Amino acid sequence: MRNLILFIWKYYFYFTFLLLEIFCFYLVINNNYYQRASFINSSNTVAANILRISKNIKDYFYLKEQNEILAKENAELRTHSFISFSKTVNDRFVVDDTVYRQKYTYTSCKVVNNSINRRNNFITLNKGYNHGIKHDMAVITSTGVVGIVKDVSSNFCTVMSLLHSKTVISSKIKANGFFGPLTWDGENSNYATLNDIPTHVHLTKGDTVVTSAYSLSFPENIMVGTVESFERKRDEFFYTVKIKLSTDFKKLSYVYVVNNIQKEEQKELEKKAESENP
Amino acid sequence: MLNIILKSILRFVFLVLLQVLIIKNIELGRFINPFIYVLFILMLPFETPKGILLLSSFLLGITIDMFYDTSGMHAAACVFMAFSRPAVLKLFSPRDGYEGETKPTMEYLGASWFISYSSILILLHHFVLFFIEMFSFSEFFSTIFRVIVSSIFTLILVVISQYFFYRKKE
Repeated sequence: MRNLILFIWKYYFYFTFLLLEIFCFYLVINNNYYQRASFINSSNTVAANILRISKNIKDYFYLKEQNEILAKENAELRTHSFISFSKTVNDRFVVDDTVYRQKYTYTSCKVVNNSINRRNNFITLNKGYNHGIKHDMAVITSTGVVGIVKDVSSNFCTVMSLLHSKTVISSKIKANGFFGPLTWDGENSNYATLNDIPTHVHLTKGDTVVTSAYSLSFPENIMVGTVESFERKRDEFFYTVKIKLSTDFKKLSYVYVVNNIQKEEQKELEKKAESENP
Repeated sequence: MLNIILKSILRFVFLVLLQVLIIKNIELGRFINPFIYVLFILMLPFETPKGILLLSSFLLGITIDMFYDTSGMHAAACVFMAFSRPAVLKLFSPRDGYEGETKPTMEYLGASWFISYSSILILLHHFVLFFIEMFSFSEFFSTIFRVIVSSIFTLILVVISQYFFYRKKE
């Protein structure tokens, strides 16, 4: 026993090194494989507050541009004021009051931290579960999709940006409705890749790509981007389509977190169907 | 002694703020991410106890991790860098060892010594960091390219800091 302690004492440098590295890798792996809120991220109070102050200063430089975007968006909202309602007309009976039932609510949030130049990018927003933000909600901006909420603290939340290797958004070609998963290959923050579009589909450069109706988080027809180019790899039956993203991730300032009110209901029903017919 | 500790703490806070408030917002493309904060580990005095060297580097890494949302990655890279520091110092030591009053700066030991010492440690740090971020050896060459380009930028910033804060005494 004495020898063991002496041995450890003699090589304490190596043991401390190993111990610390094991702890670091534990943190890395824990954070990668489980979507668990850990305290070492920018939604903790000290880090988030420092970032918020710095962002407050930076925002003044973008005021003019943001005003223009807001004005444009107001004009657009006036023209489609029923955008967030789903129709529940049934051909047996129609009750006037329930023709439109609200499906989505939007919370406006400010971006306090953002990155675009890493392989896995995250965004921090200034609202948390005190404001009704929950895990897995969609995040959009007036120009298009942004990402999916990951960790939530009481006043902040972190968002897995579309520029993240694990973000997959179900998207479709607006013109013909063919859909597939949209991912980011890590090369350029302006482009993403849409897979699984069958080769018989007629594609043209500039086709609009929007979110499909099959996502639990994203509303349908939210702008994603436009087709830049497409190719068919050898031995594959699908196109790989390069999409020019409509959101400029470098200039994110205000975003909307989308709450799907009917999500739990749909999830539960689908779960039930799956458990009964394995 | 107390003076050195206080100076190191101030340097820690200053470098973390510099990294997360200024350098983090400079966009030089996806391949170039300089990490000037490693200057803290480079600048620790020669006689720093090895345990403190590892622990302070770990603290530095975990603080940077909080701001970058990369739990553990920077910490792992910093601890590895601190672990290799004594060996690198030994490799480049002058014939009769380091003198008692000197610090690992360009001012005391000259430009060529300082650049070789810091470039090796910076390369090690960036190598570990970028490969943990990838968590695989796919895209191996593009990651190596990132390591080299980012290391060059970090090294340039580190050398500039030397001319900025430690002017050679005539």
